[in-house]
Amino acid sequence: MTTKAFGARVARVEDERFLRGRGRYLDDLAADALHVALHRSPHAHARITDIDVEAVLDVDGVVAVYTYEDLTGAMADPLPLLIPHPDLTHGRTQYALAKDQVNYVGEAIAMVVAVDRYVAEDAAARIVVSYEFLPPVVGLDAARAADHLVHDDVPGNLAATSTQATGDAMAAISRAPHRLALDLDIERSACTPLEGRGTVAKWDTDNGRLEVWSSTQTSTGVRAAVAAKLGLDLSVVDVITPDVGGGFGVKVVHPWPEEVLVPMAAMALGRPVKFTEDRREHFISAAHERAQQQHVEVGFDDDGRILGLDVEIWHDNGAYIPYGLIVPIITTTQLLGPYKPPVYKATFHSLYTNTVIVTPYRGAGRPQGVYAMERTMDAIAAALGKDRAEVRAANFIQPDEFPYDQGLIFQDGKPLIYDSGDFPQMLDKVKALVGWDEFAAFRDEMRAEGRRVGIGLACYVEGTGVGPYEGGHIQVETTGKVKVSTGLTTQGQGHQTVFAQIVADELGVRFEDVEVVTGDTRRMPYAVGTYASRAAVMSGSAIALTARSVRRKALELAAEALEANVDDLEIRDGVVEVRGAPGAQISLGTLAVLSNPLRYAFDEASKAATQFSVGDPDKVPVPEGTSPGLESRDFYSPPRSTFASGMHAVIVETDPDTAEIRILKYAVVHDCGRLINPMIVEGQIHGGVAQGVGGALYERMVYDEHGQLLNASFMDFLMPYVTEVPETIDVDHLETPSPLNPLGIKGAGEAGVIPSAAVFASAIEDAEGIVITRMPISPSELYDLRRTHAGSDEAAVAAVEGDS
Amino acid sequence: MTTPPQVSAPDALHAVSLIVNGTAYALEIPARRLLSDALRHDLGLTGTHVGCEHGVCGACTILVDGQPMRSCLLLAVSMDGAELTTVEGLTEEGDRLGPVQQAFQDCHGLQCGFCTPGFLTTITAGLRDDPDPTPEAAREMIAGNLCRCTGYQNIVKSVLRAAELQRGGGDA
Ligand code: FES
Ligand code: FES
Repeated sequence: MTTKAFGARVARVEDERFLRGRGRYLDDLAADALHVALHRSPHAHARITDIDVEAVLDVDGVVAVYTYEDLTGAMADPLPLLIPHPDLTHGRTQYALAKDQVNYVGEAIAMVVAVDRYVAEDAAARIVVSYEFLPPVVGLDAARAADHLVHDDVPGNLAATSTQATGDAMAAISRAPHRLALDLDIERSACTPLEGRGTVAKWDTDNGRLEVWSSTQTSTGVRAAVAAKLGLDLSVVDVITPDVGGGFGVKVVHPWPEEVLVPMAAMALGRPVKFTEDRREHFISAAHERAQQQHVEVGFDDDGRILGLDVEIWHDNGAYIPYGLIVPIITTTQLLGPYKPPVYKATFHSLYTNTVIVTPYRGAGRPQGVYAMERTMDAIAAALGKDRAEVRAANFIQPDEFPYDQGLIFQDGKPLIYDSGDFPQMLDKVKALVGWDEFAAFRDEMRAEGRRVGIGLACYVEGTGVGPYEGGHIQVETTGKVKVSTGLTTQGQGHQTVFAQIVADELGVRFEDVEVVTGDTRRMPYAVGTYASRAAVMSGSAIALTARSVRRKALELAAEALEANVDDLEIRDGVVEVRGAPGAQISLGTLAVLSNPLRYAFDEASKAATQFSVGDPDKVPVPEGTSPGLESRDFYSPPRSTFASGMHAVIVETDPDTAEIRILKYAVVHDCGRLINPMIVEGQIHGGVAQGVGGALYERMVYDEHGQLLNASFMDFLMPYVTEVPETIDVDHLETPSPLNPLGIKGAGEAGVIPSAAVFASAIEDAEGIVITRMPISPSELYDLRRTHAGSDEAAVAAVEGDS
Repeated sequence: MTTPPQVSAPDALHAVSLIVNGTAYALEIPARRLLSDALRHDLGLTGTHVGCEHGVCGACTILVDGQPMRSCLLLAVSMDGAELTTVEGLTEEGDRLGPVQQAFQDCHGLQCGFCTPGFLTTITAGLRDDPDPTPEAAREMIAGNLCRCTGYQNIVKSVLRAAELQRGGGDA
């Protein structure tokens, strides 16, 4: 009997190869490849006056060296601006190799191809570039001041200014009984997957095909970019995503310069070529995110209900803007969270700086939006002397108000309409989980011991499962094995497992018989990519629809073979049975044989499908409207995004002397619709929370005034070890199914990281009685805050008494 | 611009013999070849991963004569005659998963799998020294390895589970 796989804690099928060291990550491929090393700019802002590569050619083992001069056709044009937007009036993207100017430390200037990476690096170091220095623009203050410009032709360093409003927010605020203004700051961090970027390319001279492997979150995106840049037809380019050692957003940008340079070299040299990024390169030439300055104006009533909200945001987009305005659009739209301010206006300014580009990092602008909103909620509660949870509850969208239209346009260009949720219930759950109501007593207890603790709460709504579409292809082999492919890629989310769970249930086959391939354009050339917590929703739904078509096809074939009515059939463990007629059955493998009428028998099984053994002589073998093979390819395209939601609460302890911040309890309530595999969802939440802890308390990009990144290593960029993350993370789920897709699922990939800056700011503020406006916060910063904060520690503690 | 392909590396080669997972290998390699690169690229043992090449992430951890060491910080030529164990060598008789590997599967101790080999080798050595760790000791055991995916929760559980499996408590 087939047990239901959907919703079960099924162990992952991908673990087997990873645990044995048999994963195939990018650098594990093409042992015979030539290696590249990039010569990168050591300066943040300079004009290139000369590039001398003479000395490179003397290095034994060097095969080729490329500079901008060597780029032809579309390769000589700037890299694409992937997501244009009418407000993006000054979009600038970089060249694959710098043309005549560099705009950040790490920008690629020349590429060396050599027998191995050691030689390639030796050679790249011998390239001599002459520069004329320009003043670097580092940080948002410098970008806003615009005393110097990153790009000569971009006035004010402004890539875009964009506004969305549901009414006259300032008017509503001025009429409100209470008003507040907040200035907030959030710094840069980055995805830093354990595996960096990487690309391998082979030009197959015999077949006239280009094969590219890339550690990417979008194989179809890379394919389209490579084809366009190298002037090839899409049909001769295959892009295959091998095992990927983490992505978190940075690998969705495409093409990275190396993703087109490596295939270009492979074609020119007729040999396989490989680029494997090292850690320093990842820090200085991939992407960062998060940095924003925010100004919030809010008007509210005596209950803390918001009557008008006006937000202005300055967003640091780095030196170029290939991913368009997605991050600040998400910040300004997702800022609203589970709340319904009657009038809202948000303006953002996206600004160039001479630093690494900014593209989505897990959460993609949401952590900043949630930070702005939740800091505002805490400020309202403080102003009114009210419980912070109560103020939030007063602003919640109610369960009977779904679908709820926020009156804005979301990042997918579709209306921001929440599909489902239950925020009051979620708040009850998180309060219970963290012990919100008991906290005052706990605080007293701790205080009696001379210890200082604080509690924080943060709520968010996360638009997930954005379109436009994903597809699935399923083929039942004559052995009964079920081969599934979907085009989007995998970076550790366990797609091979969860998609197999869906197929097992939908088709009625054993989980072990299902084999899933992702991110291979040879198997599924139509796809978008893995980002925005969309894989489960998009590919999960597409695969479910595909499984249903295959099921229909199988039942029709079986009905004919068993001379039974389709409605009397069921499929269990890969065998079609006639209900109530024991013995009347046929396996899916046999149906796969029969589905493909043959002239030739090539093995025992296929004899059954040859022309003298099967079929009604009066009918055509493949009737109109059908096709040979027990397979199907279907697509899912949603009307708009699904909206997952969650609430986090944390109890922290701050050391009265050293200002060290310790996490005593971390609670998560999360609603991602129906769960396909709770074990995997919890794993995603754990990982997100740890990344959030890093972003809130430890990680930042330390640029000096010259635009040098001073902490471009794991030695100095403080990614959390086990010692920095909470000992336990208490997780509770709420399941409000999405009405938008066949499985009722939402998405879970990014959730864990979204409310971190907000929830820690809330808790530290509560512990210290000092208003927190800048995140991340380190012990030294907290220590300095204490010193500059007016009044003694005693006064500070007194100020928070009575609050939660 | 291009020059005709050449295949001669510049550095002088040195003879090194390594015993990796019980198999003897003789290598001719330049003095500067990192042990991580020698394992991955000269021997094709790509299970050992490189996450930072500066000794901080621990992904490249292997056992050198039983001791966990970071192969990205060692020169292969300095390992002449050493017995090395990589992730590929952690399986048991009949290609069954070893207890630490099995524990990671049971507890969902991995996501992308890139950091995993370094954790598996580190924990294998750790449990040899402390076969019955407390939760605190389990955290301590993995405190030098970075993982960006799991938030470590299930890795700590995996350590405890592996200890249990090693003690023969497979069904617990
Ligand atoms: S690769 Fe050796 S410690 Fe990171
Ligand atoms: S599982 Fe991805 S880094 Fe640990």
